[in-house]
Amino acid sequence: MTSLETYDPGDFYDELFASPGTPRPAAAELVRRIQSLPFAELQRRQEAAQKMLFKLGVTFNVYSDNQGTERIFPFDVIPRFVPYSEWEWLEKGLKQRIHALNCFIHDIYNDQKIINDGVIAREAIETAPGFLKACMGLQPPEGIWCHITGTDLVKDRDGSWYVLEDNLRCPSGVSYVLENRRIMKSSFPTFFDALDIQPVDDYASQLLEALLNLAPSNVSDPCVVLLTPGIYNSAYFEHSFLAQQMGIELVEGRDLVVADGYLQMRTTKGLRRVDVIYRRIDDDFLDPQAFRPDSMLGVSGLMEVYRQGRVAIANAPGTGVADDKMIYAYVPQMIRYYLDEDQILHNVPTYLCEDPKQREHVLTHLDELVVKATNASGGYGMLMGPHATDEERAAFAEKIKADPRNYIAQPTLSLSRVPTLIDGQFEGCHVDLRPFILYGKDIYVNPGGLTRVALRRGSLVVNSSQGGGSKDTWVVKEGTC
Amino acid sequence: MLSRVADSIYWLNRYVERAENVARFVEVNLNLLLDTSVAGVSQQWQPLVTTTGDRDLFEERYGDASAENVLKFLTFDSTYPNSILSCVQSARENARAVREIISSEMWEQVNAFYLWMKEAAETDYSLEQLYSFYPEVKMSSHLFAGVMEATMAHNEGWNFGRLGRLLERADKTARILDVKYYILLPSVKHVGTPLDELQWIALLKSASAYEMYRKRQRRVSPEGITKFLTLNAEFPRSILFCLLQAERSLHQITGTTMGSWCNSSERTLGRLRSELEYMTLEEVFDIGLHEFLDKLQTRLNTVGEHIYEDFMAVPLAS
Repeated sequence: MTSLETYDPGDFYDELFASPGTPRPAAAELVRRIQSLPFAELQRRQEAAQKMLFKLGVTFNVYSDNQGTERIFPFDVIPRFVPYSEWEWLEKGLKQRIHALNCFIHDIYNDQKIINDGVIAREAIETAPGFLKACMGLQPPEGIWCHITGTDLVKDRDGSWYVLEDNLRCPSGVSYVLENRRIMKSSFPTFFDALDIQPVDDYASQLLEALLNLAPSNVSDPCVVLLTPGIYNSAYFEHSFLAQQMGIELVEGRDLVVADGYLQMRTTKGLRRVDVIYRRIDDDFLDPQAFRPDSMLGVSGLMEVYRQGRVAIANAPGTGVADDKMIYAYVPQMIRYYLDEDQILHNVPTYLCEDPKQREHVLTHLDELVVKATNASGGYGMLMGPHATDEERAAFAEKIKADPRNYIAQPTLSLSRVPTLIDGQFEGCHVDLRPFILYGKDIYVNPGGLTRVALRRGSLVVNSSQGGGSKDTWVVKEGTC
Repeated sequence: MLSRVADSIYWLNRYVERAENVARFVEVNLNLLLDTSVAGVSQQWQPLVTTTGDRDLFEERYGDASAENVLKFLTFDSTYPNSILSCVQSARENARAVREIISSEMWEQVNAFYLWMKEAAETDYSLEQLYSFYPEVKMSSHLFAGVMEATMAHNEGWNFGRLGRLLERADKTARILDVKYYILLPSVKHVGTPLDELQWIALLKSASAYEMYRKRQRRVSPEGITKFLTLNAEFPRSILFCLLQAERSLHQITGTTMGSWCNSSERTLGRLRSELEYMTLEEVFDIGLHEFLDKLQTRLNTVGEHIYEDFMAVPLAS
């Protein structure tokens, strides 16, 4: 099966094909153009793209191997396709969601109205590991806490979208969106010529604007830095790429020091004041005085400077509370509570194991459900019920009983698929989508996002740390095909 | 500029230059190897290890200073921090830590250099292939320096890079010259014989200095070569040239005018440079060439330490 003509979408929602041999109308021109290329030529471009990524050093680090092993994020040249009208709707839904989440974070660190009004239990908040008491009473500039969000979306078998999770601490992946696009432009220049694909390249400018927007108002030429844990971090490439694209300093904790009441960085000409930090290290590590005393990554005394409004931090410390998968279950209520609107984008139905009734249901239906640790990411700490063995399920049941607060369960969705080049043929591979949303003066959604693809046959796990790859995501205006 | 960044650019350049110079070291001997049948003298690899200053380490790990052992140690031994492989790897690590500061072309060049080196380390090289391998190492280093020259703004970071490269080069030129001290002639009677001259020519070639030397000095003599590689102000691998240019970069960084100084880096480097500038060859030989070179290396190390203290190890606020 080396041609798209005989590609069988199977019993799944396929992003490019409505049925075997029949592309979705919006994707017809794209499919026609791919088909016009000899298969060997497609493969050649695929290999060239991989080589280019390697040469450019577009890599991520894997911890489980020897320390600091670099790998390229496998890349597939067949793009994922989102019609513009669908995108407009997604964009609206994402803006609504981020707006509400932001109101929520501000509220729980200040007035806690949502708790006092009984919409969400105090205990649910206070037991979330991402909830930081040290942040109570903080008033970030403009009341914005979460400036950068990566929200994971999936499409189910019937073609409807669901929000899988929100990543509000330090979401990764946008550098691959930008680099994938660069590779695709050089691999398929004529496609870009013919289709009206929404450009993604202004992300860096938008991000810089959002960061500059945070600077204390009395600073005329603010110094913005990106704080990285260093070259062994899995997302180091992204940190360095974004700093470069924005022309800001990439700093590590050891470059920074609190002096004279300000955050300063050590330069060859002495100390220099820092006004805005785009931090890419977790809350816990930001300041050994306020959080983990053993952290070598952060800056001692940073929180105090932050509290006094002498430095701005994006994302603000404490936003991780909304990363918690149990808190996620309450987002529809938040949208209603803060915005008085109905949610546009739906959550995946979620069972909270903490609730005895729901837990009972989870334990008796483990073979149908995906169970996730509420505070884990990267595909760690989860059970794929339908694919697990009886022993694995039994072992996981014990974990749930031992610590119910730490688990939620969701029905297994049948993620949509996109044709993907594997071993010399087209295979339908499952995908998700992580758009990136910036909250500065306004809310901006980068058109497209990172499409992650499960490259192991039949696998539903798309995380890079679990063998996933990526595709370019094309938001295409209809009528241009 | 962040102190850490300045440090990384400085070391990125030092390591690339060091890799190049180790290749040059080895070439002295490879060049000689081709001529020894003429001269009837067996090859000596021990001196190479001695001049690196890591002879003990070598003997502990390898024992016998055979061509194979020495080449492996200096070229592909990833556990020896000054092997070409390790230098290129360290250069890349430093580049990776500042890739948002240097140009992408610089990063790509050092990354390509590293990937090539890594592949080479996994390949079994015959001695014959090695003759084309070391020139390739030198060329990769030149490419890096050229790409940096042409694509990076000649700003503070660039000056730190240049400082690193030139100090490293001055040090290694001293060591290359010192190789001759350790390569033994069969007897004192051989001084000034064709064999002696062959060794000196090999040394000039390893510093890419043979042609330029001929144009300037014509006759090959120990005095002429020593003068050319230490006190010449025009040849880019001579020690004085390196110090003059390094000093210029140092003053670009601080903004202090040449001829004055504002920190101990400028003072120690300026003093060393001016001493060389006004030194005669007779004085060098009075001290003894080997002793002179040895002392020079120590003083270069001191300059490096002062640079670290003045710019990299910024103290906490007063």
